[in-house]
Amino acid sequence: MEFKGYMRKNGKAGSRNYVAIIPAVSCANDVAMAIQAQTDNTRGLYHHQGCCQLPPDLDRVTESLIGLGCHPNAGAVLVVSLGCEGTDVERLVNEISKTGKPVELIEIQKLGGTSKAIEAGTNAAQNLAVSISGLQREPVDISNVIMSIKCGGSDATSGLASNCAIGYVADRIVDLGGTVIFGETTEFLGAEHILAKRARTPEAGRKIYEIVNQMETRAKSMGCDMRKGEPTPGNIAGGLSTIEEKSLGAIAKSGSRTIEGVFDYTDIVTDQKGLWIKDTPGREMEILTGMAVSGSQCMLFSTGRGSPQGFPIMPVIKICGNPLTYEHLINDMDINAGKIIKGEKSIEEVGEAAFNKMIKVLSGETTKNETIKYYSSIDIYTLGPVL
Amino acid sequence: MEDTVGLKINKNDNVAVVFAENAKKGVRLNVTDHKGNVSILVLLSDIPYGHKAAVASIKKGSPIIKYGETMGIATTDIEAGEHVHVHNADSQRGRGDIQD
Repeated sequence: MEFKGYMRKNGKAGSRNYVAIIPAVSCANDVAMAIQAQTDNTRGLYHHQGCCQLPPDLDRVTESLIGLGCHPNAGAVLVVSLGCEGTDVERLVNEISKTGKPVELIEIQKLGGTSKAIEAGTNAAQNLAVSISGLQREPVDISNVIMSIKCGGSDATSGLASNCAIGYVADRIVDLGGTVIFGETTEFLGAEHILAKRARTPEAGRKIYEIVNQMETRAKSMGCDMRKGEPTPGNIAGGLSTIEEKSLGAIAKSGSRTIEGVFDYTDIVTDQKGLWIKDTPGREMEILTGMAVSGSQCMLFSTGRGSPQGFPIMPVIKICGNPLTYEHLINDMDINAGKIIKGEKSIEEVGEAAFNKMIKVLSGETTKNETIKYYSSIDIYTLGPVL
Repeated sequence: MEDTVGLKINKNDNVAVVFAENAKKGVRLNVTDHKGNVSILVLLSDIPYGHKAAVASIKKGSPIIKYGETMGIATTDIEAGEHVHVHNADSQRGRGDIQD
C-alpha cells in the first residue's frame, strides 16, 4: 500500500512541503511572524522557550527544534535567532543541514535590529519558498508512515468509540510495517500495568512504570489532588470521574500490538518500526510538538468534547466519539465515531474510514484543522524552572 | 420516545455508562452488558449523558470498577441506580494532598 509524498534527500517522506520558520528563542517570534506574513507556503513554529532556563531544559529546546527542522514536512528551513539566546543555534543549524535540505539563518542583533532582520529574513524565506515549490509528490510505501496519536477533550465516549477506532488504525499501520507513537504519560496512571504487559521486553515494561512514576511524582510535588488538572473540568463535565477512568479509556487508542519501547521527548524516529510510546504530557501544545519532533507526518486525534487544535507542519485528523459533539462542531471534526455509540457503525467500519482519510491526508488532502487554519498549537515540554 | 440506554462494559463492572439525554430519576435504564444482554435498572438520580450509574450497591471504601479495572474508591455507600461521579468517587492516583 502506498501514499503520495515528498521524498527528502535523507530518505524520509513528507506529507506536506513547507518552508518552516523556526525562531531559536521566543524573543524572535515577532520577526518570524512578519517574515511568514510576507512569504507564501511558510509555517512558523512560535514556541515560548530558549532563554533563562537550566542547561538540561536548554538542551531539550535545542533538540526539539532540531527535530522540528528535520521534519520531512519541512522542505526548507529558516532559523531566526535573536543573537543572545540559550538555545545552541550553531548546533541547530548544523543538525538540520545534515538532512540535505536548504537551511538559512538570520540573526536579529547582528543585522541591526527588527526591520533589517525582517527584510533579510523575508528575502531568504521567499528564495527558499521558490526553491522547493516545484517538488512533486511520488508514491511512497506505507511503511514510511510515522503515525502519532492523541486524545484531547475526552469524555465518556472517547474510551468506547473514537479511541477504539484509532486503535484499529494503529494496528493496521503496525501490521503494514509502519511506525505508531502514542504518549500522554499522565494518562497511563491507573492503566500502566496493562501497558507494561504489552511491552516487548522486561526493560521496556520497567521503563513504562518509570515514566509514570516520574510524572506522578512531579504532579504530587504540588501537594494537592491532581483532579481538575487531570481529569480536566471538561473531562469531568463529560462524565470522567478520576484519572484512572480517563487512563483506562485513553489506552484504547494504542490498539493491541506489542509495545516496542519508550522514546524520550526529544527523540527523532530513525528506523524504528511498530508501536512505541513517547514520554509526553497530555496538554495539546506540548504533545503535538513532541510528536512532530519524532518526524510524524500525520496525527490521529480523538475527542469527545471537541478539541480543535492542529500543529503548524503536521496535519491532525479529528476523530469525534461523541455523536452530539460531532453534529455541533462539524466544521472542526473530520470523522464521526459517534456512530459507534449510536450503534450505527462498528469500530472496524469507523476505523477503516479513519484509515482511508489518513492515506488521503498523507497524499495532500487537507484536514479540518488545516482548512480552518487552526494550527498554531506548539510549545516545548520543559521540566525545570524559568529563571 | 428514545430508549434510555446504558452500557456495562465488562462483566465485573459495578457501573454502567449512560448514553441518553432523558436519564432522569425514576426512569428505567436499559443496561446492555458485554454479551448484549439487557437488564433494567431504575435510576435513583438524574444522570447526564456520558455519566455513570451504579449497577450494584457499592460500600464506602470499596473499588469502583469500569473496564474490569479499579477506576476509584467510593467515598460514601452507593446504591444501584445512583449517579457515580466526583461527589462519591475518589481517585487514588496523583494525590499530593494525601501522605503516603
